[in-house]
Amino acid sequence: MTDNRKTGKALRLLLVSLLCAIAAWLGYAVLGLSLSHVGLGQLVGANLEASGVSHPVTAVLLNFRGYDTLLEMGVLLVALLGVWSLGGMPDYDESSPGPVLDILSRLLIPMLMLVAGYLLWVGAHAPGGAFQAGSVLGAAGVLMMLAGWRLDSRFAGLLLRVVMVSGLGVFVMVSTAMLLIGNGFLEFSPPMAGELILLIEAVATMSIGATLAALFLGSRPAVGPDK
Amino acid sequence: MSGVFLYALLGVGLFVLGLYALIIHAHLLRKILAINVMGTGVFLVLVALAAGNPDAPPDPVPHAMVITGIVVAVSATALALILMLKVSVATGKNHLSDSTRD
Amino acid sequence: MTGDIVGIPWIVVLIVLPLTGGMACFLFPTISKSLGLIFALAIFTAVVGLGWQLVEQGAQRYAIGGWGASLGIDLYADGLSLLMLVTAALVGLGVSVYSGAYFSREKAKHFWPLWLLLWAALNALFLSADIFNLYVTLELLGLAAVALIALADGADALNSAMRYLLVSLLGSLFYLLGVALLYHSFGSLDIAILAQRMEPTPAVWSAVGLMSAGLLLKTALFPMHFWLPAAHACAPAPVSALLSALVVKASFYILLRLWLEVFALTDTSLGQLLGLLGATAVLWGGIQALRQTRLKLLIAYSTVAQLGYLFLAFPLGTNIAWKGACYMLLSHAIAKAAMFMAAGNILRFCGHDRIADLDRIAQRLPLTLTAFALAGVSIMGLPPSGGFIGKWLLLEASMSAGQWWWAVILILGGLLAAAYFFRVIGYAFTRAGLTHEVGVVPARMEWAALVLALAAILLGFISPAALELMGIGTPFGGERAG
Repeated sequence: MTDNRKTGKALRLLLVSLLCAIAAWLGYAVLGLSLSHVGLGQLVGANLEASGVSHPVTAVLLNFRGYDTLLEMGVLLVALLGVWSLGGMPDYDESSPGPVLDILSRLLIPMLMLVAGYLLWVGAHAPGGAFQAGSVLGAAGVLMMLAGWRLDSRFAGLLLRVVMVSGLGVFVMVSTAMLLIGNGFLEFSPPMAGELILLIEAVATMSIGATLAALFLGSRPAVGPDK
Repeated sequence: MSGVFLYALLGVGLFVLGLYALIIHAHLLRKILAINVMGTGVFLVLVALAAGNPDAPPDPVPHAMVITGIVVAVSATALALILMLKVSVATGKNHLSDSTRD
Repeated sequence: MTGDIVGIPWIVVLIVLPLTGGMACFLFPTISKSLGLIFALAIFTAVVGLGWQLVEQGAQRYAIGGWGASLGIDLYADGLSLLMLVTAALVGLGVSVYSGAYFSREKAKHFWPLWLLLWAALNALFLSADIFNLYVTLELLGLAAVALIALADGADALNSAMRYLLVSLLGSLFYLLGVALLYHSFGSLDIAILAQRMEPTPAVWSAVGLMSAGLLLKTALFPMHFWLPAAHACAPAPVSALLSALVVKASFYILLRLWLEVFALTDTSLGQLLGLLGATAVLWGGIQALRQTRLKLLIAYSTVAQLGYLFLAFPLGTNIAWKGACYMLLSHAIAKAAMFMAAGNILRFCGHDRIADLDRIAQRLPLTLTAFALAGVSIMGLPPSGGFIGKWLLLEASMSAGQWWWAVILILGGLLAAAYFFRVIGYAFTRAGLTHEVGVVPARMEWAALVLALAAILLGFISPAALELMGIGTPFGGERAG
């Protein structure tokens, strides 16, 4: 028993020293970087005009490296599919919310929706955008669920799935449509670029918000009798 | 030495600290948190170094990478948490059991 | 980027198709089986289309959004990408046919969207030329794989899915920190541009270590294979096939690209280290496989061993060694998928997969046992199978490089494989002490396994053409004298 503990301690000491060595080496490597001349900041700045938005991060996320964002919507969908396929959370007590939570959520949820809309709109030229707006919307959804609200089973079938899929779906459809009208895949032509990005972002915001709330709930909302 | 490197080093520190916690702790919730701490460390390195050039605005590309990374981390964490609950219901334990391990 | 691309941009089609398929199966679960098969066929056709395009026009580069690297993300397809896509398409088609009968209605509803999104992740990964984009595809792949493992009910499956998820996330984070260091060193994420700007700084060495460690963990190279046997053995049979055949190969592919193009590290002492680990994996995996009492665990350990062969090319670093390793990759993928499907049939038929109690499978499931045996021929590396060609090329490379000890490993590995397979075959012919309740195995599950196993043998006959296709765009550098 004490031998076990001793070897355990020795192993832990070994681990700590190994990790310290790794940390020191990584720190040394980071300090050796010369940062003044690298980076794509200038290139992004030079092409910002053609991207359809004026905020560089949004331009990178939705246009220059929009393909990453498209796949990222896929990651979100896969996580949801995984959670739903696991069949949901073990039962937890559904206590009715107290009056404070009830009233607070009634006050907060419209506000959160407003904030989400603002973040979505402002993303074109200032910090903000679809994911930020979507997370606020997701928070609103979580609050609603904490306050005891559940999705009406009439909407828990195809309609819900359409909402969940729409973020990825619209992105893929718009990108492919560009290919079909003679541009490249995900190549937004400048006069329409701003509008297309706003469309993708608006749908993505809803979809992200709904997905995040669903991930919080942890299980697929009960589907009513099969139609 | 500027603040840029201070934050980047902090990021490296978080990465290694998370790695330590991931190895040491058996409880799955702690492991999931440890992974998230590691991820935060990487994001901090990315964002801190993006402000490397004091004469120019920060490089937006690492910022976009971090936002993408956060979405991925949220998705993975959600899946990990539900899986953890399922494991604890199925095995009655909140850590991994080693039955099939060599 | 001008608009005069001749023909269809198959490279994009290969990514859009499985994504759309996944979404369609999710939206319409009642017809997901038919949708899934249609999309599998369509993806297969698109791979053929891309192959034709590569033969006609050479390696393809596609700038998404028309920006081009470094600002945008490029897709890139050469012989190596094509090899991986073909592997995925062959195995994918086989698994799709098999799964149509394997899953219950309830499970199928979850399986199809996850599987097609996993396929999308694979195709996107094999076509990406951008190291951050590769990270996103890796995560998409990892999460889909975890969710698929968890489709098997039971504590063991959940346990191994959980471990796999943690390992997968850990590997990805190591990789991502490497990406961060490379980006802040050179200001680009594109593989070709990074290769031009590469210089050996401490940050680059850190990136080499971090990215290699992360990817090796995901590829389950000995001694980082600890998570693999349980995960691959507990998953539903078609998922086991996907994991062993394709998912572990995806991280290997990224490692190969990085070492060949970005870091140019092969035939260094690091390459020798990988070769050594690979050799240990071959022996260790083989010995562990011999000791297993359950069929699926045996096959999973066989994967540990077979993955070891892929790393024998690193210390050699010659064109022929790479081609040998890639041929091993292709033939192992197909043979192992067939083998897991056969094991799934046996499990369905007997209700268990204890090797010692395989009661006269040979007489009662002849098609399945034929599939198992043919796949075994390729795994052992006997002629005329694809596995034989791969081993032969590796053997040739190691002799011409004067590193004969890798040849010894190749032969010992083959002997170990023969030992564990004949053990299974032996039990399959004899009467066991216990008789078991017999389940029904649908014909398409038997035929899917058999056709894939035949394909693994057939690979031995078409090797000249296959090796030529693999060389499009010279992914392994020029012809070098050993």
